Amino acid sequence: MQLYELTIHELRKLLDTGETTAVEVTESIYNRIKKVEPKVAAYLSLAEERAMEEAHGWDKQGFGDRTKPLAGVPLAVKDVICTRGIRTSCGSKILANFVPPYDATVVLRLKEAGCILLGKTNMDEFAMGSSNENSAFGPTRNPWNVKYIPGGSSGGSAAAVAADECIGAVGSDTGGSIRQPASHCGVVGFKPTYGRVSRYGLVAFASSLDQIGPITKDVRDAALLLQAIAGYDQNDSTSVPRDVPNYAQNLLEGLKGVTFGIPREYFIEGLDPEVERAVQNGIRTLEGLGAKSVEVTLPHTEYGVAAYYIIAPAEASSNLARYDGVKYGHRNREGKTLMEMYRRSRSQGFGAEVKRRIMLGTYVLSAGYYDAYYKKALQVRTLIRRDFLKVFEQCQVLVAPVAPTAAFPLGEKVNDPLQMYLSDVFTLPASLAGIPGISIPCGFTSAGLPIGLQIMAPHFEEGLALRVAYNLEQNTDFHHHRPPLDS
Amino acid sequence: MKITIEEVEHVARLARLEVSPEEKENLTEQMNRILDYMEKLNELDTTGVDPTSHVVDLHNAFRVDAVKKSLPRDQTLENAPEANEGEFVVPRVI
Repeated sequence: MQLYELTIHELRKLLDTGETTAVEVTESIYNRIKKVEPKVAAYLSLAEERAMEEAHGWDKQGFGDRTKPLAGVPLAVKDVICTRGIRTSCGSKILANFVPPYDATVVLRLKEAGCILLGKTNMDEFAMGSSNENSAFGPTRNPWNVKYIPGGSSGGSAAAVAADECIGAVGSDTGGSIRQPASHCGVVGFKPTYGRVSRYGLVAFASSLDQIGPITKDVRDAALLLQAIAGYDQNDSTSVPRDVPNYAQNLLEGLKGVTFGIPREYFIEGLDPEVERAVQNGIRTLEGLGAKSVEVTLPHTEYGVAAYYIIAPAEASSNLARYDGVKYGHRNREGKTLMEMYRRSRSQGFGAEVKRRIMLGTYVLSAGYYDAYYKKALQVRTLIRRDFLKVFEQCQVLVAPVAPTAAFPLGEKVNDPLQMYLSDVFTLPASLAGIPGISIPCGFTSAGLPIGLQIMAPHFEEGLALRVAYNLEQNTDFHHHRPPLDS
Repeated sequence: MKITIEEVEHVARLARLEVSPEEKENLTEQMNRILDYMEKLNELDTTGVDPTSHVVDLHNAFRVDAVKKSLPRDQTLENAPEANEGEFVVPRVI
């Protein structure tokens, strides 16, 4: 086994017992990155010098400090999360030279826990996309087959984890941007409850939906990483002042007494038969472990795409108004008037999908259309949220596919935005309702592409989602498979 | 047609975007297809349904109204495309 293949919990053990050092593992990962990056393109920037310094620091200091649960663990961070002194581009030309003067709360917490920051991962521009093809710096490729998309928008983070270019990573999820790429890359991705993790320093896309979460090689790692970043932050007025339970501790409890719901609306026409079979196998495994299943209904599921693609662009059009060429970011220097400067800077700086969403969002918020689109979508959001509240009276968690198909080939949907939006159908409802959802590997297609299974839980029941996911994972071996990158 | 090319121009102005003739045509076609799809929401009767703008029951998040340290001016201006004597520089307004 190579050092770069380790999980967080495996590495922590080896560091504690002195069987390896932070320098050895960090070097091993940068060598791995140099080897596979030409194929995968998961990173937008690397912080090698600084990371090696930190690794030396940990080796000198030792690993005895129990308040540093992630001491010496090298991680990757999505490029939408501010890192002091390290470029944060959001995958956009408009922020190509932006170097934040502060750390996001999540980054501060990871540093406090002892992590080593390897670099920043590729993404769809401003987290808008499901394929990573909207990155202004070129797409990340799926490590399982480099002709395929890795998913998006946290495609760089998911691919970096799958390709062993980091020990673990964090991403952000607005409508599925952690769960879907995790599913397509065969790794674990966890979107916590809205408000569980601080958004301070996360560059805003759709503020009522954005949430940061872990992307890892297994479920235990997701629990450890979430533990480090979760909890109230006074810098984010939407973060929730609520105690954070010990997530790793309850993983070991079995599934006796757990009832999970199978939502009928997630097993519909358009669901790829191979994906369905793999998810059904997961369901059988859970039943075999003593969990009870019950068929349930979430009748407003099919309205999720329409509601989301009104709400998210509306919020984005407002959030992205800040990119005006004045305080930071790209400025066009030919514009003679202030207005010309604004318009030219923005038009040159934003890519096609971002412009499309700004246009859609501006339209649905404009005079005369607000009630017909925006208010209507917010009302439908209420109906979707109520569906979940009701169904959680019958069962404790929900089990469903993450995406209707496995990863698709690069270029397939890039000219058809609506088709791209429709591929988010199974991840959007949990985002709109603000509930936690985890994606874990549950099989492969005949072409060798990974398939994910989604477990959704009620607000703040991250522990339950992790426990069910852990039990399933420990009784399958999909998380031990590695992409064929070395051949 | 939900949205005409003139309306696309108007929305682009509101959004402070400059769009080329080709972009304008593409956007008109794509936005029409997307907005047609949004029609789906009208299958639902939402009379009397409260809109959800926040998913977790949180109300005013108060903080102490006290002066705190903020970023020093030079760091704030470090990312500015143009700055002079501690100020952002913009094209002449008046």
